[in-house]
Amino acid sequence: MLAANTAALAQGARVGMAATQAQALIPGLDVRVADPAGDEAALGRLAVWAMRRYAPVCQPDPPDGLAIDATGAAHLQGGEAAMLADMILRLKEEGIEADAAIGPTYGSAHAVVRFRRAHRMIAPDAVDAAIAGLPLAALRLPEALIAHLHRMGFDRIADVAHRPRAPLTLRFGHDLGRRIDQAYGRVDEPLVPVEAPEIPTVSRVFGEPIGAPETLERHVTALASELCAALEILSLGARRLDWLCVRVDNRVEAQRVGLARPTRDAARLSRLLTDRIEKIDPGFGIERMTLSAVQAEPLDWRWGKSALGETEGPDLSDLVDMLSNRIGAQRLYRLVPVESDVPERSVGKAPPLSVAPVLDWTPDWPRPARLLKRPEPVETMALLPDNPPTHFTWRGVRRRVVRADGPERIFGEWRRRDAEVWAVRDYFQVEDEVGRRFWLFRAGDGEDGRTGSQAWFIHGLFG
Amino acid sequence: MRARLPAGLDILRDRIRALEQGGRNTTGVLPFGVKDLDRHLPSGGLSLGAVHEIAGGGEEAVDGAAAALFAAGIAARRPGQVLWCVTRPDLFAPALRQAGLGPDRVIYVEAGDEPSLLACFEEGLRHPGLAAVVAETARLSLVASRRLQLAAEDSGGLGLAVRRWRRASEAADFGQHTASATRWRISPAPSSPLPVPGVGRARWFVELIRCRGAEAADFTLEACDETGRLALPAELVRRSSATRTGGRRAAA
Repeated sequence: MLAANTAALAQGARVGMAATQAQALIPGLDVRVADPAGDEAALGRLAVWAMRRYAPVCQPDPPDGLAIDATGAAHLQGGEAAMLADMILRLKEEGIEADAAIGPTYGSAHAVVRFRRAHRMIAPDAVDAAIAGLPLAALRLPEALIAHLHRMGFDRIADVAHRPRAPLTLRFGHDLGRRIDQAYGRVDEPLVPVEAPEIPTVSRVFGEPIGAPETLERHVTALASELCAALEILSLGARRLDWLCVRVDNRVEAQRVGLARPTRDAARLSRLLTDRIEKIDPGFGIERMTLSAVQAEPLDWRWGKSALGETEGPDLSDLVDMLSNRIGAQRLYRLVPVESDVPERSVGKAPPLSVAPVLDWTPDWPRPARLLKRPEPVETMALLPDNPPTHFTWRGVRRRVVRADGPERIFGEWRRRDAEVWAVRDYFQVEDEVGRRFWLFRAGDGEDGRTGSQAWFIHGLFG
Repeated sequence: MRARLPAGLDILRDRIRALEQGGRNTTGVLPFGVKDLDRHLPSGGLSLGAVHEIAGGGEEAVDGAAAALFAAGIAARRPGQVLWCVTRPDLFAPALRQAGLGPDRVIYVEAGDEPSLLACFEEGLRHPGLAAVVAETARLSLVASRRLQLAAEDSGGLGLAVRRWRRASEAADFGQHTASATRWRISPAPSSPLPVPGVGRARWFVELIRCRGAEAADFTLEACDETGRLALPAELVRRSSATRTGGRRAAA
């Protein structure tokens, strides 16, 4: 038996067992004949999927792994942690149980994901802490070598990593030292990006390596117009661009650029690409440059507004593309109404170019310009059940309430959480002597203990 | 004040203005719709193609709630989309809706730090299709503000820098010289009196601290209504509220 799923493992099946033994152990076990060639092909398809979705440089790592170089691409997924979570979730939806880790080197990520369940994120300066305690098998060494090392009393990575290298190399060969250095990032381990022939790609090879930003700009602009010509033949527009620069030392510098709408405008594409030149480290020079539209979609042509009196607003998609490639697509949004009376839940995020929302906030009640992240308790003096406070103390400053409006009663949302069945908040707008206006609320209706603690909180500041 | 001057002076003034602008196309003004305020500003309103600074006074320097609403009101009175750049996402969108900026008009940019916030601000100002670009920033150096001002002049956009500091003591930074066209300080004032108990329409004490071609002044105004318009308090409509405060040019 070569592999088993979680359900089978839970029932006692083990990798390395005879198939008949497993069948005897688990009645109704679904046994399939191993198909290494088919597995490899599927892994290649998975690598292409990961390249389209996550990062420009992906390489299948048989038998069961996928190496992804996330440099310059994680910003489109909302950061590295969000990218990992998204990856695991999407694979799970497809019925693939996967685990993922991200680290400064492929060796360390490979070790952590297979031999350690927690700590999926390895900080650049914490490689040693993350992998030193792991068994030697985590170093991608041949089995015979691991057995040999075990016989000599080496069990963990820490046992060999900090030892003088020369005697180890003499005894165990070069492989051990190379794998340790790869895990610690002392030698480079270039990935060979998987290629998909159906993706529109243009490339340039340079006889003399290039490195100056102006030269890069000139060539990427030329590549962008070539790519647009290629896309025109396919009648597609680019949604996601990969720019790969292969350096003379065989490392690949990759940048990924996302677009809000399919685009085939060479000037716009090259402007987005040149904005990222400073992120590319040319090292001793770049000898090959590739530009591909990993994600391409049909252009969405729309009718121009032709009726009198209707004017079409200016197109903001170029600005949105520029900003979201610079600071991350998740950090650019609209705030739209959500159907909820609870203030902190009444606002949701939507993509910046989404259509106008149908809902609207109720304009009748005053709402503060600044909402505190979470309500802060204040000390007050107030008559029960529904009088506003006469004064309150917030952040050490005591303020006398001169005018007040309220209460505006907001009920808990029992359909969301059981704890909110009885919960009530009574909101008051109060004004102090100098005219600052605050949004206070009492947790509870002032009479019934089930509705809340009857304590006072400040939730926002009016302008 | 201007009505008393001879006609020749106005022509001279226009020529000086044209020289100062150095051949750039004039992009117009956005009047406030409050007579006293518009009459005080040199071109009859807030000039477009420029960056304006708005800060809160006193404790408001930290929260900037009134300053944000003042900016929202200005942006709401121009047609088109508004880019709002922040580092601290504590703005409550329903309040902007009540100042005239509905959810379909604002795109928020949440920058990680001050330098990238200013970069986003500048990028927005370079785009000609926006109604206004608002940025909530603490630090604004002379060099940065000059870059922003030039970007706004090129595109004719309206830039509103809402100055907001981490601590009230840092607000002294507002005295530093910048290249912005005008500088405002907005402090909350006791609200309009009502005949019954309750809180009336909010009022602001609006100080014009610095303005090219006009003297510093302060006004007490009623806060933005649902279309972003300010108003003169009812009891002041009959007389001018603009009081000249000639000596106070630098902010304290």
